[in-house]
Amino acid sequence: MAALYEGYTLCAFVPQQNLSNSGIQGVEIERDSDHVLVTDSSRSVILYKVSDQKPLGSWTVKQGQSLTCSAVFNFQTSEYVAVSDNKVIRIWKEDDPLLDKAFKATVTSDIYRVLSIPSWEPVVLFQSGAVRLLDSLLSAPQQPIEDVLSQEESIRWSTCIAAEKQQQLVIFTTEQKGEHFLYLQGLNPNSLQRYRLEREEPGLSPLSFSACYRNRHIFLTYLYPNGRVYQSVTSVRAQGGDDGAQSLPVPRSLLLVLPVGEGLLEAASALVLDEAHVAVVGVPHPSAGAGRDFLCIWNTNFQTLQAGKEMAGRIYGQLWSFSNKLLIPHGKTLSVIPFECPKSSLASALGKLKQAKSKESISSTFVPSWNSILHGDKAQPLRTAETRVTRTTRNKSQSTTSPTIDQVLELIKTAPVEEVQEEVERFLSRSDIQGLQPSVGRIASTLVSRSLDDPAFYSSHTLTQLLNTQCLCHSVCPDLVLLALERKDYFLCQLCLQFFPDIPEAVTCVCLKAFISIPDVDAEKASLEPGSVSFMETVILKERGVVSLQNGFSPTSVEDFSDGMSGSKSRTEVDETTFNQPGLKCPVGSHKAALLNEILQTAYSDTFLLPHLKDLSSQHAILFLQYLHFLYVKCSQDHLLQVHGFRSPSLSQIMDWVCLLLDAHFTVLVMTPEAKGLLLSLHRFVKSQVKLVSELGKIEGSLQELDKMKTKRDIGQYSIEVIELL
Amino acid sequence: MGEFKVHRVRFFDYMPSAISKMAFNFLSERLAVARADGAVEIFKFTDNYFQEKVIPGRDGRAIEGMCWVGQRLFSAGLNGEITEYDLENLRPKYSMDAYGGPIWSISSNSQGTLLAVGCEDGTVKMFEVLEEKIQFQRNLDRQKGRIISLSWHPSGTKIAAGMMDMIRIFDAETGRATHRLLVDRGLGMSKGREVVVWSVIFLSDNTVVSGDSAGKVQMWDSITGTLRKTHLVTKWDVLALSVSQDESSLMAGTSEGTVVQMQFLQSSVEQQERQWVRTRTFKNHSHDVRALVHTDCAVVSGGMDTHLVVLPLLDQVEKSSKEAKLRKITFPHRSLVRCARKAGLLLFQFPDHLELWRLGESEGQGKHGDCLPVKRNPEKLLQLTRKGEDHICCSAVSPCGGWLVYATVSAVRLYRLQYDNNNVSISRVSKLPKELRTVHQLCFSSDSSRLFASSTHSSVVVVALSNPEVKHLHTLKCKSGSKQPLHLLVPSDDGKWLATANADCEIHVYNLHKMKLHCTVPVYSSCPTAIAIHPSTCNLISVHADQQMFEFSLQQKEYTEWSRRLHKEGLHSLWLDRDTPVTRVAFNPENPAHIILHDTFMFCIVDQSLPLPDAQTKFYNQMTLRSLPAAERMRHSHAFKICKYFQHLMTVELLEDHSLVVVERPLMDIMSKLPAPVRQKKFAT
Repeated sequence: MAALYEGYTLCAFVPQQNLSNSGIQGVEIERDSDHVLVTDSSRSVILYKVSDQKPLGSWTVKQGQSLTCSAVFNFQTSEYVAVSDNKVIRIWKEDDPLLDKAFKATVTSDIYRVLSIPSWEPVVLFQSGAVRLLDSLLSAPQQPIEDVLSQEESIRWSTCIAAEKQQQLVIFTTEQKGEHFLYLQGLNPNSLQRYRLEREEPGLSPLSFSACYRNRHIFLTYLYPNGRVYQSVTSVRAQGGDDGAQSLPVPRSLLLVLPVGEGLLEAASALVLDEAHVAVVGVPHPSAGAGRDFLCIWNTNFQTLQAGKEMAGRIYGQLWSFSNKLLIPHGKTLSVIPFECPKSSLASALGKLKQAKSKESISSTFVPSWNSILHGDKAQPLRTAETRVTRTTRNKSQSTTSPTIDQVLELIKTAPVEEVQEEVERFLSRSDIQGLQPSVGRIASTLVSRSLDDPAFYSSHTLTQLLNTQCLCHSVCPDLVLLALERKDYFLCQLCLQFFPDIPEAVTCVCLKAFISIPDVDAEKASLEPGSVSFMETVILKERGVVSLQNGFSPTSVEDFSDGMSGSKSRTEVDETTFNQPGLKCPVGSHKAALLNEILQTAYSDTFLLPHLKDLSSQHAILFLQYLHFLYVKCSQDHLLQVHGFRSPSLSQIMDWVCLLLDAHFTVLVMTPEAKGLLLSLHRFVKSQVKLVSELGKIEGSLQELDKMKTKRDIGQYSIEVIELL
Repeated sequence: MGEFKVHRVRFFDYMPSAISKMAFNFLSERLAVARADGAVEIFKFTDNYFQEKVIPGRDGRAIEGMCWVGQRLFSAGLNGEITEYDLENLRPKYSMDAYGGPIWSISSNSQGTLLAVGCEDGTVKMFEVLEEKIQFQRNLDRQKGRIISLSWHPSGTKIAAGMMDMIRIFDAETGRATHRLLVDRGLGMSKGREVVVWSVIFLSDNTVVSGDSAGKVQMWDSITGTLRKTHLVTKWDVLALSVSQDESSLMAGTSEGTVVQMQFLQSSVEQQERQWVRTRTFKNHSHDVRALVHTDCAVVSGGMDTHLVVLPLLDQVEKSSKEAKLRKITFPHRSLVRCARKAGLLLFQFPDHLELWRLGESEGQGKHGDCLPVKRNPEKLLQLTRKGEDHICCSAVSPCGGWLVYATVSAVRLYRLQYDNNNVSISRVSKLPKELRTVHQLCFSSDSSRLFASSTHSSVVVVALSNPEVKHLHTLKCKSGSKQPLHLLVPSDDGKWLATANADCEIHVYNLHKMKLHCTVPVYSSCPTAIAIHPSTCNLISVHADQQMFEFSLQQKEYTEWSRRLHKEGLHSLWLDRDTPVTRVAFNPENPAHIILHDTFMFCIVDQSLPLPDAQTKFYNQMTLRSLPAAERMRHSHAFKICKYFQHLMTVELLEDHSLVVVERPLMDIMSKLPAPVRQKKFAT
């Protein structure tokens, strides 16, 4: 989860009279992210060391002159560059005391802004849209500046980005008669691409822009006053051609719909922090009324609010971010707020999710999964979408009157179970899949909250139906799993564990605890997914069945020899010896086992799971460990089980859980007499594995030696060798 | 006991020249091979296919036809000249312009009185073979288009001539063209292209056999002028034909590298009439087979891939005999590498230039099989391009590295080399004694004060080298009166002896102090391929083309005890089975009992102190010995210590610092420099 930490004040400023503007014209990064240059809206530039909250230098232009764009730091020459009165470029060093005595150059056209990024030369952007490298401009300040923009077009926002190591890109947006355009100006070699942004509702123009560069694409994120955050992706490589007049429309995608409360946003800003997080300022907190003095971090993948902070005083819709700090002017102060956007636990568990078996179940859901986001595999969900669409179109003709989402929601709040069930069914059969996801989420969360409030109300069937659309995830209705547990609806629990890609570790553990403590008798009554139960039945049946002969070879005979050569026990031998232990039988019933298997197959991250796992009582821990041991022995013995097509935990999943459980409860287990045999057998297994690995290491070593010998044979034009004739 | 640091050299870019023509002399059983660079090589088939003589090539002499007339060898080429060779002095005897443009073929009648040449201008010219020369006799009827191939009827009355799209039959007496046989063009793509009759053969039953560029071998009746039979042999060209002497078997060489045999057989037991039936296909070449000879028991082929292949016909030879083995002769039977043993220099001889290299240095010691780090890389000191059109026939560098000499058939050039750190300065010795004119072999004495050059009639010219002046000292003459050229010339290390060997298999030893013949080693039937005089015992070691080895004491003038024992017990059969001759004999000063020998595929140290291997002994026993403990090795070791680790050896030489120099020329390197072969459809391509 992203977090906003306690902030501190960097400096105070005097807001301008009209109050719409903060007194700060711009904040630019200096030599490192701990130094910033703050340009106020009138005459002065101040250098701050952020961590010390201390000004290091200050420069001011004469009375009557004014700085017309924020001062920047030239990373190549360690000089400061500012523009006064639109046309005068001023350049000075940190030890120059007076700005008036610094170097000045007057250019022929009005400058919009000077842009500078680390390890690149500063770029001057003129109001006419022309772009010059600072050096080349200074070498001939009076050079004519061409008009790139048309008459009534004016720049709204600009930035500069280094596209990998090859090119510097100046990006700016313009407005002309309510139309907005995006310009990508590449430097060295020069190229200009012009795109038209799609129109939002008439009269609305973006409040803020933010751009970032990833994988050779520019991601432009912009916020409209109606709270919608869009993202447009353009390729840097695309040779748009030289004539800027031909402007292609750039497609956009809706990233977020922020709650706006009443009216439109006025001073707000959205700033992209990383691939999944957006910092938003000047937008109401969804749970705190209509006040707009909030700084929030939203996760765009899950559309969730990750962190929020109320800022005292007026918000100006300005926001800067340098490494892990946000700089925000509010009231009369400029505050620094450190933040963090770690990848959530799911992301770090991705390695475990990648296993083929879990992947199947994940990729068939319509919730954007980590896999599909990060690896862009969209083929599978699309196919299912098509089949659904055809079904729904057929249904469409049948149901002439279909309830709207609001009607359904209203109904859920009051109507009895049967009616709700019917209505939701009708609604689902009608809706086409594209629009389904948000409404399913809303229906589910309303249903869940109603069920929580009203103990008599519970519609397992409807919830199952909603889950089966695979449009739900845990973040949408966080209480669903717990509700199902409370109502002992284990089937629903199983479905949740199967379909939700984002169950937090805490909830997983709660489920685990609940499942372990169910008496087997109760568990047998529950109707579970037949596949999972039949898998467990196969496993348990095998245990009771006769020992099958593999190629006419009875594994028991191995045991007789294994003692003689205990030093070289292979993994299978150990498995077989443990297999033949008389006491090894499934410690839980098949239904309970099926539920536990679902737990084993959920995604998790070790560090987050471990503390919750410690809450398990020692009895439960032993039982669970016994079960895991049993399952491991079974699965490692019979590879057919893995091939069978059942949804079953993989060997490495089982092993991971064994390790986790041992980590969490080791001291307790060591002290418990019942666990002794189990631990010993596990220990034997580990020992044999270590042995096997070390033997493999030896083989690898000798193979490498062989390889080396081979390369030596390959002689070139000349070599000096030693031979001996005996 | 035999540990050596070996300089393994692979930078000698020796490239054999493609074989363009061959002619076999059935009387003397010698094969003349013409190469693309104009060189002619004589192989003596009776003496284990030893390359007896090499006549160096010449720029622009592209030989297209070659034939023997008795013991005289004639060639003709695209330069329009007919050349007769002086096989005693290894040079062209004379050349004569035929005035018909480039000559495509030459053929003599069976009586050996007339030579016919086929010219570019469409004439067949007849030359009379006289005692010392040839004389133009007349032209046959002039044709349109070039005469590509010629063949005399064994009676000498008719000539068949292969041309473009046709074959002409001439009456040799009147010179009239009697028949015109039209040859079909190929099918498909090649239909629009003229067909070239690359080869014709006139059989005594008046059948004319032709091989053409459409891949056909055709049998024609020359009396009626009709086509009897067509064998489509290849998709590409049939370039060469050869028929056995009894005219029962015919070979056709193709561009695909195959040799196809056809035999004149009765098609069934009852039928008396015989037919040409295609029987076998051999593939021993990767490129065009351009020359083909059908001997009594083998087919000899050569072509673009530069190998000379002697393929025994197993129905003609005894299976277990030595002749039953396929031979592939790739490397010359003499060394093209000379080594300055004291200075650590290598001289590489190419037809048109010489390269002088300094060997690298290593540091440290190692055990068997180690590769030592190279401290200094080998360095090419000099590349000397020859003057004139004649190719280099022999060259030598003095052991100290201070003198360099090379000879062509027309001139000898001697150079003085001076080394100043990394710079080499070279100055030509301008005035050479006039005796140095016709030279077949060159070598320097071990103290670099004398230059020996073999000259006509097996004589040796001794020249004293001193800095300002080069003086002729003496000409050593043998008493046997042999006219054959010397091919081996070896001085002893102490400067007292000089041993020579000639193509008559004679070995003469001269006393250089007295400047006279010391003795003649009893003549052995096989030609010596390498001789050397032992530095301490003054025994002469000679190794012969049949792989026999002799040791002859110069003091006693008789075979030594060891040599007698060797012949009494006999050499091991595996030694005798090797098919490349030993081309170099050297001695190890550290151990006088050691003789170092090498052929193309092995080098060997013969330890005279050890017992000789008998027939039951494992001959190649290095691996076995290595696996035995040191104490037991002695029991199993025998006199022949053979190392096959290095392959395709051009030379093996022991330097003064006791390190070995091994010059390898991997076949793969040669193959990779050949032009691409004709494209062949392979499965799934």
